[in-house]
Amino acid sequence: MLPGFGLTFGFTLFYLSLVVLLPLSTLFFKSATLGPSLFWATVTAPRVLASYKLSFGASLVAAAINAAFGLVVAWVLVRYRFPGHRLIDALVDLPFSLPTAVAGIALVSLYAPNGWLGRPLAAAGVKVAFTPLGVMVALTFIGLPFVVRTLQPVIESLDPEVEEAAASLGATRGQTFLRVILPGLAPAWITGFALAFARAVGEYGSVVFIAGNMPMKTEISPLLIITKLEQYDSAGATAIAVVMLVASFILLLGINRLQSWSGRLASH
Amino acid sequence: MAATVSVKNRRSSGPRNLTEPVGVRVGLTIVALAYLALFLVVPLAAVFGQAFQKGFDAYVAAIREPIALSALRLTLLTAVIAVPLNMVFGLVAAWAIAKFDFPGKSALITLIDLPFAVSPVISGMIFILLFGRLGYLGPWLGAHDVKIVFAVPGLVLATVFVTFPFVARELIPVMESAGIEEEEAARVLGAGGWTIFRRVTLPSVKWGLLYGVILCNARAMGEFGAVSVVSGHVRGKTNTLPLHVEILYNEYNFQAAFAVASLLTFLALVTLVAKSVIEWRTEKRTPGSVAEEQG
Repeated sequence: MLPGFGLTFGFTLFYLSLVVLLPLSTLFFKSATLGPSLFWATVTAPRVLASYKLSFGASLVAAAINAAFGLVVAWVLVRYRFPGHRLIDALVDLPFSLPTAVAGIALVSLYAPNGWLGRPLAAAGVKVAFTPLGVMVALTFIGLPFVVRTLQPVIESLDPEVEEAAASLGATRGQTFLRVILPGLAPAWITGFALAFARAVGEYGSVVFIAGNMPMKTEISPLLIITKLEQYDSAGATAIAVVMLVASFILLLGINRLQSWSGRLASH
Repeated sequence: MAATVSVKNRRSSGPRNLTEPVGVRVGLTIVALAYLALFLVVPLAAVFGQAFQKGFDAYVAAIREPIALSALRLTLLTAVIAVPLNMVFGLVAAWAIAKFDFPGKSALITLIDLPFAVSPVISGMIFILLFGRLGYLGPWLGAHDVKIVFAVPGLVLATVFVTFPFVARELIPVMESAGIEEEEAARVLGAGGWTIFRRVTLPSVKWGLLYGVILCNARAMGEFGAVSVVSGHVRGKTNTLPLHVEILYNEYNFQAAFAVASLLTFLALVTLVAKSVIEWRTEKRTPGSVAEEQG
């Protein structure tokens, strides 16, 4: 038996409680001061519901876009070799390391009506900045690495003999991909989608610049929390936060389930 | 393009259907590269393009401005406090979790991950609820003339919260896979706990530790949502670099905003390079490296 369990376990619990659990618990105490009926009225107010619809809806679309293109990117990065391959592989993590405020101003300058991409899009009649579409673009950016990074190790670990067996039994490449490869990727694929979705729901920095922040139209839930806080309605702000937090917990539990499922599949 | 796209696992013998037709390979590669170019390369180019739009002198002037420099100092200060705190915690927590068995271990790991599941805005707000003027400890702090939120301590606390799991999350799987045989051997040979940790455990996890510290530092210096809530936005006093970028942008001083943003972008690129170098050295992607960054 190694020494130091009491000391390290004790310090871990102490620091965790002090830095994370104690501050987080204030959220529930504060929202409880509202009482059930006022809490319900706050979290179901039309402006709040509109913000949930935007935050969860745009996050869902962004995660779906990342799921589709992330599969292609992961496949290409693992299976094909081309010049600059390693550089591009490293670049995939950019949304993790780029501060969200920088991403926000970069995206709005690109998609504003006079921006590099906004101008041609405006000529085609598509408005991106200051619309829900802009929120989606920002959430797609910050969720980009999740699907790629969850799929890559799984594609790497695929047993080539299974593909060889399918091919030697006469399957076309398309059939092999759809019936043999894709089912093996499914758990990791869904996990990546869920991680991108969970990240997007709470995102603030990259979205506020491009969203335009009009109540009922382009106002995300995290921004509404800040607005309420600045109006000294901290109980109202915590009520919205509690709803978001409960949604993230459910997602986190689901993701943990998914990961143990894909772990079991991978070990077979 | 077709000539440069080759297949890694191509075999000269065996069935033909082991890879996609050339046309499909080239097509998929183009789709992947176009997607990454649109969402990663173009925004990067936009940052540097806008930063230098008025020339090099204007760029240098925006960065050397006293308020920008004080924001830089504050960003460095918060990172210098937050990163070592969470590094020590990460080492201690990983030791307890990876080297010993106890009930509730997976629950403890989930609790350590918690800050990743919380919106940055909520991460900042909880400190207002605790230390704000109307917060739980507000009256006591006011009576003793201690300022935490809308001041530097609040920025540090919010940063410690959002970067809390990075090092622990990275070290736990590394220490677990290293096992405890070497430590036990050292123990049998008469080494004490601290010596075992310093001479046996630490050298075996050094790359994982560095990896976690790099990610922790990038987030600490770049955090926006949480510090934005607790900062109070006092110029030259409680603005970190990301907050300074926001203020410049909202004042329509775009060139200066992008000049300061380019510093943070440079930090992000250095982080990516350091991360890749460690991944190539250790030749593995750590299993937790995706899940850890949500939030």
